[in-house]
Amino acid sequence: MHEMALCEGLIQALEEQARAQDFARVHKVFLEIGALATIEPDAMRFNFPIVAKGTLAEGAALEIDFMDASAWCMACSRRVAVKRHGEGCPACGSYQLQILDGAQMRIKQLEVS
Amino acid sequence: MCAICGCGGPDHKHDHDQGHDHHHDHDHDHDHDHHHAHAPGLSATRMVQVERDIFAENQRHADANRRYFAAQGLFVVNLVSSPGSGKTTLLVKTVEALKAEMPVAVIEGDQQTGLDAERIKATGVPAYQINTGKGCHLDAHGVGHALEHLTPIEDGVLFIENVGNLVCPAGFDLGEAHKVVVLSTTEGEDKPLKYPDMFFAADLMLLNKSDLLPYVDFSVEKAADYAGRVHPGMEMLTLSARSGEGMAAWLAWLRAGVAAARAGKAEARPKPRVALSAGT
Repeated sequence: MHEMALCEGLIQALEEQARAQDFARVHKVFLEIGALATIEPDAMRFNFPIVAKGTLAEGAALEIDFMDASAWCMACSRRVAVKRHGEGCPACGSYQLQILDGAQMRIKQLEVS
Repeated sequence: MCAICGCGGPDHKHDHDQGHDHHHDHDHDHDHDHHHAHAPGLSATRMVQVERDIFAENQRHADANRRYFAAQGLFVVNLVSSPGSGKTTLLVKTVEALKAEMPVAVIEGDQQTGLDAERIKATGVPAYQINTGKGCHLDAHGVGHALEHLTPIEDGVLFIENVGNLVCPAGFDLGEAHKVVVLSTTEGEDKPLKYPDMFFAADLMLLNKSDLLPYVDFSVEKAADYAGRVHPGMEMLTLSARSGEGMAAWLAWLRAGVAAARAGKAEARPKPRVALSAGT
């Protein structure tokens, strides 16, 4: 549900970028979303066109790169990929994981004119 | 208009007659040019690199709130749970226990009504209600503005009772010292597994309604195990706001947080220049 608010944040970021990098229209947004970012990519895809209406990004395509998070497994003593909280280490099953990253939602690049 | 956010739409009323200073840092300014009025034309598209986190905007407000809380010596707790966990009753009992020994204030978040803030105000401490309308969570910007409506307090505790929702509030830092998640024994003990983001984001789990344990199929052991899977080492306290059982440990946890916030206040404030007197 909060994806609507995040889409508004995204549009705001695009408007800031338009001023900083001197463009008027956004045609495609390349987003990177971490697996632990509390964001549902489908909800972003659903909300983005609605929020983008009447802005510099109206009609823009949304390209989402959904990334695994990474964690340090205390039992294996190595870095492992994780898809969600509470599932344990994919290698040994231990829950003693220290999350390293995966909560990001980042604009990577934009196709603009 | 608020300088940190540049907000000031028709639906955003500011009341500046509170007789106290605006707490925001005024180091940001936004202009309101919008570039979306241009016709696309026939110009070719190009790629631009960005590297910008969408949470950065909320984070900027959260950081400003956190700096303010640190300078006031305030210990700030963001209470989160599903609707009906007993958050407000817990808060009323907590406020009643602490208000004689330290300043206490409360920000209440709900989609509609000021009912919760009224319950808090009845205890005699300042409370302000944020109605999120269709919104599903509080954000740092809204909390920053809510502070303008509360008489500033120092060296005490500020509770922010978030919208009853175990999903959305997990992603939004409000500038608090800790998120505290309330799980009650009338819910499933598997909630930490079902809503892991929230149990990961919180630093303390309060297991409320312990007085009902004899009547419900709720395993405290399982709840602790599941919470530990999602958030290894997470603290947990079992209590009943209604009977008072276990409240002492929760109050002790809060007192320790307030003591740390008070101790950190000197560090957080700019030091006044003091001239050394001659001969020392």
